[in-house]
Amino acid sequence: MWHLIEYLLPSASTYSGDIDFVWSLIFWITGFWFLLTEFVFFWLILRFRAKDGVRGQYITGELKSEKKWITWPHMAVLVFDVLIVVAAVRVWYHVKQELPEPEQTVRVVGQQWAWSFVHPGPDGKLDTADDIATVDELHVRVDTLYHFKLESRDVLHSFSVPVFRLKQDAIPGRVITGWFEATKTGSYDIQCAEICGIGHGIMGARIVIETPEQHAAWMAGQSPVSVASLGQPSAVQE
Amino acid sequence: MSARPIATTRSAAGLPTGRLAVWWLVVSEIVIFGGLLASYIMYRLAHDAFAVQAAHTNTWIGAFNTLVLLTSSLSAVMAHTAAERGDGPKAARLLWATIVGALTFLAVKAFEWTEEIQHGFTITSSTFWSFYYCAAGLHASHVIAGAIVMMFVARDAARNRELHRVELAGIYWHFVDIVWIFLFPLLYIAK
Amino acid sequence: MAHAADVHAHAEHGHHEETTGLRKYLFSTDHKVIAMQYMFTGMAMALIGGFFAYAFRMQMAFPGMDVPFYGLVTPNKYNVLITNHGAIMIFWVAMPVLIAAFGNFLIPLMLGADDMVFPRLNRLSYQIFLLSAVILLASFFVQGGAFAGAWTMYPPLSAKAEYGLAPLGSSLFLVAVAFEFVAFLLGGINFITTTMNSRAPGMKMYDIPIVVWMIVVASILFMASVGPLIAGALMLFMDQQVGTAFFDPDKGGDPVLWQHLFWFFGHPEVYVVLLPAMGIVADIMTVFSRKKLFAYKTVLYTVFATGVLSFTVWAHHQFVAGIDPRMANIFTVTTLLISVPIAEMCFVYIATLYGGSITLTTPMLWALSFLATFLIGGVTGIFLGASGSDIYMHDTYFVLAHFHYTFVPIAIIGTFAGVTFWFPKMFGRMLNETLGKIHFWITIIAFNCIFIPLFVLGTAGDHRRIYDYTNFPDSSLPWMQDMRVFATYALIVMLLAQPIFLFNFFWSLFRGPKAGRNPYRANTLEWTTESPPPHGNWPVDQLPTVYRGPYEYNHPDSKEDYWPQNQPA
Repeated sequence: MWHLIEYLLPSASTYSGDIDFVWSLIFWITGFWFLLTEFVFFWLILRFRAKDGVRGQYITGELKSEKKWITWPHMAVLVFDVLIVVAAVRVWYHVKQELPEPEQTVRVVGQQWAWSFVHPGPDGKLDTADDIATVDELHVRVDTLYHFKLESRDVLHSFSVPVFRLKQDAIPGRVITGWFEATKTGSYDIQCAEICGIGHGIMGARIVIETPEQHAAWMAGQSPVSVASLGQPSAVQE
Repeated sequence: MSARPIATTRSAAGLPTGRLAVWWLVVSEIVIFGGLLASYIMYRLAHDAFAVQAAHTNTWIGAFNTLVLLTSSLSAVMAHTAAERGDGPKAARLLWATIVGALTFLAVKAFEWTEEIQHGFTITSSTFWSFYYCAAGLHASHVIAGAIVMMFVARDAARNRELHRVELAGIYWHFVDIVWIFLFPLLYIAK
Repeated sequence: MAHAADVHAHAEHGHHEETTGLRKYLFSTDHKVIAMQYMFTGMAMALIGGFFAYAFRMQMAFPGMDVPFYGLVTPNKYNVLITNHGAIMIFWVAMPVLIAAFGNFLIPLMLGADDMVFPRLNRLSYQIFLLSAVILLASFFVQGGAFAGAWTMYPPLSAKAEYGLAPLGSSLFLVAVAFEFVAFLLGGINFITTTMNSRAPGMKMYDIPIVVWMIVVASILFMASVGPLIAGALMLFMDQQVGTAFFDPDKGGDPVLWQHLFWFFGHPEVYVVLLPAMGIVADIMTVFSRKKLFAYKTVLYTVFATGVLSFTVWAHHQFVAGIDPRMANIFTVTTLLISVPIAEMCFVYIATLYGGSITLTTPMLWALSFLATFLIGGVTGIFLGASGSDIYMHDTYFVLAHFHYTFVPIAIIGTFAGVTFWFPKMFGRMLNETLGKIHFWITIIAFNCIFIPLFVLGTAGDHRRIYDYTNFPDSSLPWMQDMRVFATYALIVMLLAQPIFLFNFFWSLFRGPKAGRNPYRANTLEWTTESPPPHGNWPVDQLPTVYRGPYEYNHPDSKEDYWPQNQPA
């Protein structure tokens, strides 16, 4: 009832439920008013169909008794808007303004047309010799609070993880920090959510959410690759 | 030339149609220059490097051009007064004085830009110079357009025709002048 | 004072000749001819924009197939198609038809004037507009191809050739848009000045038909909002062609500045196209419910409030774009606030139906369906204006379905409403009602079948501007692809229904029953003259005088159920 999006897509972060809640709240409120309005609308059309000998009425809408039919609904819209604003702002603050202390940090780099990720490696620290760099696959531990440092090498991209309900544009020349904490293991899509050229549609990546054991095993199986040696992805043919 | 529609001669708002139209034109131009200058100001506030570059604009030339434009606005006002009195030929002469002011402004600017380009301050040197040439260039294109319009209006006024257009050209010209009044401090004085 | 001016006019000016033959269509300054030029150009561009939608939807539904009548939709072609579909529909269909065509045709007629105040400026506006359309179409044939960076043109993709790969096309696109802006600025000056000054004697501000008010307010909104974008377009053009770095972060520029400049215009722009459509709907609803518009003054004040508020919401397009997160909260508040006057307008229109005597003619069906469908567009906007929800919804198909539920009612339904309603006045003949209703029902049902699935797909995570969803495992579930196919078939049905309208239009143009002056028994001044109106609209000595407002239907003091504005008491 309050997590309607989950019928369509798993919810895998600590705040995806909150975002789903705002969505669902809006759905029920606007859905109710929408259906009521449409019902009144269609009922009026039926009720006041042209009939022989019946003339239309002369109603100016300027009288208080007439205006109240508009004023009350529009006050209701205002009240529900305020409710929705409060719910939305709370979630926005939690996801975008708060920055809880991280347990791990990853670097996420968008470019034409691939995602590259730098993981901290066994020492748990980013920008050290044992960092693990990958292309198009981000490995994270479940129930761990991550910061991501988002960059772009060329044009605007956008780091989107639908199961987290997370999205953040990547701007060349800037490093934008955000956070997430995964709550479910599994392998899910990462998408680019800002048109970035011919290869925008092939810039899919995967996020692999692992238990601590799986994550350690994965790290052990990687040899540290320097980010610089990742190179450019091959140009997309027209 | 076909006759004017009756619509043009009505005045339900109490203002002559031509004047109303020129004011709306000015409104639309204010937002264009406003957008450009607001962008410039935001960049300027965010980048100290701008001040370093701005030091190289020539304040004296800018001041001279300001004086030229203000004087040309004065002659435009005087042209309007003459037109109101029905003295077409005098209005035309004063409009020509305004046009000479416009051409002087453009000549000075051409000289100024040549100097700056030769010193290596081109449109791509830095974002300050990009703004400098774009803003002043956009303004200069309006000066050119205004001068051309005034030539046509002066030609008619000399024959005592369409005298109401002298005021309209003047309103546009004052706007062009006021844009410069904003550009001058932003590009030349703030260093 | 107005009377003296009229007398003066008769003595000094009088009739000017009507141009005839080919010269009429090329050089006429008559507002009605110019209106038709805008309308037909807009409708031609709509066919092009609609065809693009067909091609890219076929690619999404059947990835990699050779699309009939188009060929293979490669990734680049896909981006070109979606970019130009959006730009064409907004700038070369919605604006010319709703504002320029209806504005030009209706404003002088509804005000009791013989033409716009500046007929030659009017002609120039159309010529610049036509040039802008030609430039846009030319961009398809240049080396590097047409622009492919979305109608929003975000840099650095749109600024640097090495990223966008279409340097000439990108600049042509930008120049085309800039010329279109100039055309509408000039046109707007004409509309505003004509409405302020050239009203018939006796026509006070509250006697002006709502559609005229709406077009004028839209013109003012456009004028006030487009300036910063014109400045931005100059800056982007410089970046593209000259190598400046206004938006190039490698050299100290800021790509987000473009977004602010764009959306500062872009948001008011949606109201620029919405208002004329709502005006058309009001004028139709009053005629076919035989009822005065409910609370005319409230409608006006609501429109002004919407106009002002529309300047305060723009960054809701940029919630996750890297703006300061604190700013997002302000824009959520303003965005949800703007839903209040819009809702009020919808309520007022619905209230107009109460106590009416409603006939469901084709124009009335279109007008009513505008309300029913625009309501969906309006409420789905709330999901996007609420920042917390937009984190997920941004750049998904939910956004796309939302804006098609606003734009299609505005540009397609609104246009059909207006064209079917004023066709008799424009051409002197009646359209066929049966064909009109068949066209209506197929179009409306198909339209809903296209976009309701897209709401679901967007909520399930489908992102925008993706040419092939099979690249993404989570988006490749069978039910999702089934929905994409269904939506595409619905689009094909909708497109195939349009020849019914075209046939009705052109057949009735030559063989429809003659219309007479006032086939609908309506009140506004355009119905007092011949159909189609002659050059000058009325004989020079018979320009109307106005005695009452435009919506005095079933007034207690009137014998008939309507009371034309120009009938003395």
